[in-house]
Amino acid sequence: MSATDLPAGARPIIDIRGLSLAYERDGRRTEILSSLDLAVPRGQFLVIVGESGVGKSTLLRVLIDLAKPSGGTVTLDTKAATRTPMALVFQDARLLPWRRVLDNVAFGLERHGLPKSERRARAAAMLKLVGLADLAGRWPHQLSGGQRQRVAIARALAVEPEVLLMDEPFSALDSFTREGLQDEVQRIKAQTGKTVLFVTHDIDEAVYLADRVVVLAGSPGRIAADVAIDLPRPRQRRDATLIEAARHLRAELSRRSAEL
Amino acid sequence: MTSFRSVALAAAGLAAFLALWEAAPRLDLVNPAFLPPPSSLPAAFAREISGGAWPRAVAESLSHYVVGLGAGAGAGIALGLLSGMFRWFESLTAWVVRLLRPIPGLAWVPFAIIWFGVQPSAAVFIIAIGVFWIVFFATQGAVRGVDRDLVEVAQAFGFRGPFARLTKILLPAATPGILVGLRTALGQAWMAVVAAEIFGVPGIGARMMQASSLLSTDIVVVYMLTMAGLYGLFDTGFVALQGWLLRWRA
Repeated sequence: MSATDLPAGARPIIDIRGLSLAYERDGRRTEILSSLDLAVPRGQFLVIVGESGVGKSTLLRVLIDLAKPSGGTVTLDTKAATRTPMALVFQDARLLPWRRVLDNVAFGLERHGLPKSERRARAAAMLKLVGLADLAGRWPHQLSGGQRQRVAIARALAVEPEVLLMDEPFSALDSFTREGLQDEVQRIKAQTGKTVLFVTHDIDEAVYLADRVVVLAGSPGRIAADVAIDLPRPRQRRDATLIEAARHLRAELSRRSAEL
Repeated sequence: MTSFRSVALAAAGLAAFLALWEAAPRLDLVNPAFLPPPSSLPAAFAREISGGAWPRAVAESLSHYVVGLGAGAGAGIALGLLSGMFRWFESLTAWVVRLLRPIPGLAWVPFAIIWFGVQPSAAVFIIAIGVFWIVFFATQGAVRGVDRDLVEVAQAFGFRGPFARLTKILLPAATPGILVGLRTALGQAWMAVVAAEIFGVPGIGARMMQASSLLSTDIVVVYMLTMAGLYGLFDTGFVALQGWLLRWRA
């Protein structure tokens, strides 16, 4: 498959084929993922849902090269000029406690060969994007959980990734903060047009945010359902179509996990 | 009020201690030549300063202290980092460490004299050895204890080499633990200073031995208090530095 066969943008930005991941401990082999195929079109907001232990997070870890797959390929169609094609927002913010907020956001840029003033200017712009411009000089321990996660999002966006990976980023937050951040992510996505791979176990969160929901189920994890959420944005949480989509997905999920 | 009370009690305790100390030789309970009363110390101190012995001894000891501390701590941090970062390095050195670690710093005095002579470098060597082990183990433990999740953050952002891992994550994250070791070493090094100088390298320890052989016990006490004062000064300065370096902590 060569790039010239297709018009630009038609190739998926991420093309996962036959991906498997297993590890061996004490002579026992545990399979986390098995022959997974998944193509993510550029600009899509893809949400991966599933129970804990189906390998959702593992999939993101493979993409960002924190875990080695035991089989299959991952092909990225990212621009050669992109220094950091993907950036990950962890479930817990994982800010570096010895860096002030601004320097936490600038962290990933230190690989990009930019002068410090430029890094700080970019970091400040990202903080503004997540609405925390005033907190640039704070230490992480002075922030609330929601603020910390916003800083983590700004840190990921600062390296200008083409794909933003988010690993249950809001699951540790209270529901009020969570809804605020969901809206925030939706707004940032609309503003930047980035491809987003978002992992969650919360179906309501999935349908609210997603263009497409992929359900992982079973052990080892396989794709059990792949559902497009064709609803206009901005969405309303209490929208009947949205609630119906969530109901449908729940039914699908329980049917599939009963089958597997 | 409680803090005022405790300060008042501490002052009263010190006053009682000094009074007892003053009374013992004056009431002839002990020979004043063996225990000089505190009231005799200011004059002895003035003599030592005007004769130039005090500034010289202090300058010499401080230079041994600072150089020995720097060398021992530098080597301890460097090897501690290596050992904390690389399992193979830890394994390689495991038995050598086990062999050398239990040898007290002072047991190196004969070799210090043979290798360096009765020279400042011998004192520096003795001080550095004592400091080295404390800082080495503190650093190794601190690096080993760094949250793996933070190392992953660095990896996820593409900092994958050992040098980047060290400078971006391990060193800053291990700093609190390293500083605890350094503070212990700061005290340990003072003890080593006297010990190292007592065998003749010029400095506070040597001056004390000289004075004691002349039965000038008041001068001995002046230097004992000098050491207490200098240590207090260093420790206070270090605690301030530590507070500043760790200002990011809650």
